[in-house]
Amino acid sequence: MLELKTPLCSADLEKLKAGDRVFLSGIIYTARDAAHRRLVQAIEEGKPLPFDLQGSVIFYVGPTPAPPGKPIGSAGPTTSGRMDTYTPLLLEKGVKAIIGKGKRSGTVREALSKFKGVYFVATGGAGALLSQRIKAAEVIAYEDLGPEAVHRLEVENFPLFVSNDMHGNDVFQQGTEKYRIPQRR
Amino acid sequence: MREIESKIIEDAVAEKLVKINIDLDSSMCASLQKSLENEQSPLGRELLNQLLENSKVAREERVPICQDTGIVVVFAKIGDRIRLKGKTLEEAINAGVSRGYTEGYLRKSMVADPIFQRKNTGDNTPAVIHTEIIPGEKLIIEVAAKGGGSENMSRLKMLKPADGPQGIVDFVCEVVEKAGPNPCPPLVIGVGVGGTMEKAALLSKKALFLPPDAQNPEPQMAAFEQEIMEAVNNLGVGPLGMGGRITALGVNLLTYPCHIASLPVAVNLNCHASRHGYIEL
Repeated sequence: MLELKTPLCSADLEKLKAGDRVFLSGIIYTARDAAHRRLVQAIEEGKPLPFDLQGSVIFYVGPTPAPPGKPIGSAGPTTSGRMDTYTPLLLEKGVKAIIGKGKRSGTVREALSKFKGVYFVATGGAGALLSQRIKAAEVIAYEDLGPEAVHRLEVENFPLFVSNDMHGNDVFQQGTEKYRIPQRR
Repeated sequence: MREIESKIIEDAVAEKLVKINIDLDSSMCASLQKSLENEQSPLGRELLNQLLENSKVAREERVPICQDTGIVVVFAKIGDRIRLKGKTLEEAINAGVSRGYTEGYLRKSMVADPIFQRKNTGDNTPAVIHTEIIPGEKLIIEVAAKGGGSENMSRLKMLKPADGPQGIVDFVCEVVEKAGPNPCPPLVIGVGVGGTMEKAALLSKKALFLPPDAQNPEPQMAAFEQEIMEAVNNLGVGPLGMGGRITALGVNLLTYPCHIASLPVAVNLNCHASRHGYIEL
């Protein structure tokens, strides 16, 4: 089990391999579909961004509202593929790691190698369990988007798997190939 | 004639939606527990254990099982000797959705206009409501909180009659394989076969309201459910798509007669957080 702290740098990530387990601590930012559209638009128009992208980690999540006495509600990953078109630009601008669920496109995998980033997956549908590792949460931008607003999260030992490392390996492909049984006819 | 106050419907819907989002149904818990025995992948077993632990945390901490608390889908059966007082059935159900999602701290995931503005409606309304008239004085409302991730991976295909049962198995496998990790396996798979395009889709959704280990009452159909399940589990997708023996917890098949030229097949996927509830008033 590896432990990492944000902000991340390429040297932290170079040694990671698809399938590795990682505990991540520090500050991460949430963004999903609508927030990505706005982030990318802001970059293209040269407008200020809600957080510093250098060394940052983006978590694809739209949490449930925080019940009284808790920093956040249920908070597990959403499907990453929907953000594929936005991801290469964000990696180019300094984002070092992304947390989501599911596979990434070839373009994203190439961008991970090129810009020395890593794609992590958290356990999909385990939002209650994952929320226990989130110590603080605050909406910092795009509040009008409701669950899609950008939140700043403070996480402690957030449990992740390396899905795509910067060397081109993919945990989903490796796992499925290992357990596939050819169809009988 | 029996009169029902719409407020009773509203209250029941609100309460049930909060409950199904927090307390994973016992049939799903049992199914996940049982799948541990058959999962050969150590990582797969670890993930299945995490999902069981997640359901326990959700229950104890009173937070939703998953942050995607879904689009509400309703199948209502209305006795023909019932008269509603107050709101219409649709209004009452949506009032229940609004209250349940607001007071229950559930996520609001609905946007009003799907094409242009995509503005969040703010209270998770409207629900998708299907109604059916039945004889008598009962009102049955079945509700689901359907996650977007698994819904997005669902598909429908108009097969040729010549494609036969193997064509159906192949299509279900194609859907599950292409979906990979996205719909959060292990899955419950609703398969609707027959009727027309929309009938097959509706049947596949209805099939998801059955427990994961439900068997079609006809032996030949039940055996076919098993055959599909085995083929799907041989794909190797595994828990959360990271490889393993357990890709599906159950396959539920519903059929309807169809045209001599047709073989419509709809495959509706549900994630491991299958959330359904039954209300009888």
